Amino acid sequence: MELFDNLVLGFSTALLLQNVLYCFVGVLLGTAVGVLPGIGPTATVAMLLPITFAFEPVTALIMLAGIYYGAQYGGSTTAILINLPGESSAAVTALDGHEMARQGRAGPALAAAAIGSFVAGTVATVVLAVAAPPLAAVALAFGPADYFALVLFGLVVSISLARGSPLKALAMVALGILLGTVGQDIYTGTPRFVLGQRELYGGIDFVSVAVGMFGIAEILRNLENEHDRPALLGRVTHLWPTREDRRRIVGPILRGTGLGAALGVLPGGGHVLSSFTSYAVEKRISKRRDEFGHGAIEGVAGPESANNAAAQTSFIPLLTLGLPAHPVMALMVGAFIVHGITPGPNVINDEPELVWGLIASMWIGNVLLVLLNLPLIGMWVRLLRIPYQVLFPMIVLFAVIGTYSLGFNAYDVYAIAFFGLLGYVLIKCGCEPAPLLLGFVLGPLLEENLRRALIISRGDPTVFLTRPISAGLLLLTATALIVVALPAIRRRRETVFTEDD
Amino acid sequence: MQRRRSLPDVLAGGVFAVIGGVFVVGSLGYDRGTPLRMGPGYFPLLVGAIVAVLGLAILVKGLLAGSDLPFEAVPWRAVVLVTVAVVFFGVFVRVLGFVPTSFVTALLTAFASRRVRPLTALAVAAGLTMAATLVFIVGLQLRLPLWGW
Repeated sequence: MELFDNLVLGFSTALLLQNVLYCFVGVLLGTAVGVLPGIGPTATVAMLLPITFAFEPVTALIMLAGIYYGAQYGGSTTAILINLPGESSAAVTALDGHEMARQGRAGPALAAAAIGSFVAGTVATVVLAVAAPPLAAVALAFGPADYFALVLFGLVVSISLARGSPLKALAMVALGILLGTVGQDIYTGTPRFVLGQRELYGGIDFVSVAVGMFGIAEILRNLENEHDRPALLGRVTHLWPTREDRRRIVGPILRGTGLGAALGVLPGGGHVLSSFTSYAVEKRISKRRDEFGHGAIEGVAGPESANNAAAQTSFIPLLTLGLPAHPVMALMVGAFIVHGITPGPNVINDEPELVWGLIASMWIGNVLLVLLNLPLIGMWVRLLRIPYQVLFPMIVLFAVIGTYSLGFNAYDVYAIAFFGLLGYVLIKCGCEPAPLLLGFVLGPLLEENLRRALIISRGDPTVFLTRPISAGLLLLTATALIVVALPAIRRRRETVFTEDD
Repeated sequence: MQRRRSLPDVLAGGVFAVIGGVFVVGSLGYDRGTPLRMGPGYFPLLVGAIVAVLGLAILVKGLLAGSDLPFEAVPWRAVVLVTVAVVFFGVFVRVLGFVPTSFVTALLTAFASRRVRPLTALAVAAGLTMAATLVFIVGLQLRLPLWGW
């Protein structure tokens, strides 16, 4: 049993004391930023990235991953208790979860979210362990032309999953790719768009982009309209769901897990899409359809399972192809590179302890999350009392210091200000920041493989159509673009996203 | 369809068009090469043109049939103070040292909120400076002078 050997290797790595410790730190921080509205996992991972440079690579990745799925988890607590989604995918949970809380059933809602997340996390970890090796084996056959097509496909799919206008999302991806060209050209060493500044030769640091677009821009958005947080509901009591509740959540949890595990692989926000889809599915097949929106426990259990499953399986493209499916994954690519590991299909063979240790740590992390969330719910509720006036100066200061410590380069700090302002204007105008960051990270990969493929083919552009993998992926890319552009499907897509908003 | 102008669409389109245009002009200065051996200017020229065209499309669409987005007032005070705070750190951290620079950055940021009282802002800035010093200098051994001059 190869799978068994791999998992044994994974658990023996993940159960090392320092790895368990940093897994705990990761999920703790993740839960905290998930609970606190106004600070997301992307900005947090970006800020903490420099801290992890001193760790062993596997420890660093375990902690960063913990922040990511911990935040998916923590977001639901805020959504249920004060009707503010701490994380975008928790928006659906707020619909019925907060309604349940208002009826005095916050306890069962939180428990349903926790149980669902745990089941989903466990199943999705197994899916990840089973699916990763064969996919990586396939990816080893990829040439530059195929990689070019794959990256292009990933970027286009991320557009179709973004909320709002697809035209704007497309422009954001292209803008990200464009900004990624700043710095020395990989083949000729010519400095491009550096404005004569030596400090820009290495390009714009993606941490600056992430902190600016997801941290500073978000703070400016929040300061547009300062108001008090909605009042907290009374104490959380009777955590354990009743027998009736338990019976009602089994189906939604299983269906949500399946949906989330499948959709999580898609680039650009599969976890948000999966929680919306799961809610729509549960509502459609439920016999108590009119209860939805008025505190149906199915509407909490399904989406919560879906987004947690998706959070785990979104590691599949990262670990097998080296392609990030989410801005946090893009930051993890950076963490790989800093530790001297090139993300891609070779990682699973060259660094088995790292890959399997990371996968096993996710299951451990899920156990820790249940322990952290249910008994300690009171602590998280208290965290919600921290006023925003304390929180946002902290985010700004820590972001600035963290980014500066990356390379002691003042230009990285100026870039934060630039991307904060750019991000603020664009987000205000209805553009989502995630496609830009994905474009920024994947852009250099796109250019490198395009140029390499054309050199190998001696300038013959048909190479992209004659290689079966590349041709197939380009066909899928074209299909995805057409699907996004079709008005009928677009309207439908909008209803999935805006339904019951 | 009803004609409706949309400020967010026009603004977003304009931003894309301008940035795309700037990169197109900039990449004309680099060697373009041939498709076989692309020079450093080829790819940015291509992508810059795509961004500019998409920007124009968004702009035109915004003039004819824009999307209906809520557009809340810009918090100018926050925009200016946060930007100044970030840039201040970059310029002065080497000159003034970690502690004073962090304090000023935190203080400027705290004042970005319209609701903050001066005493609260001072307390927040002092507390955060202490926390940052503990985390980054004591904990992570960041090699920066605490006090400048």
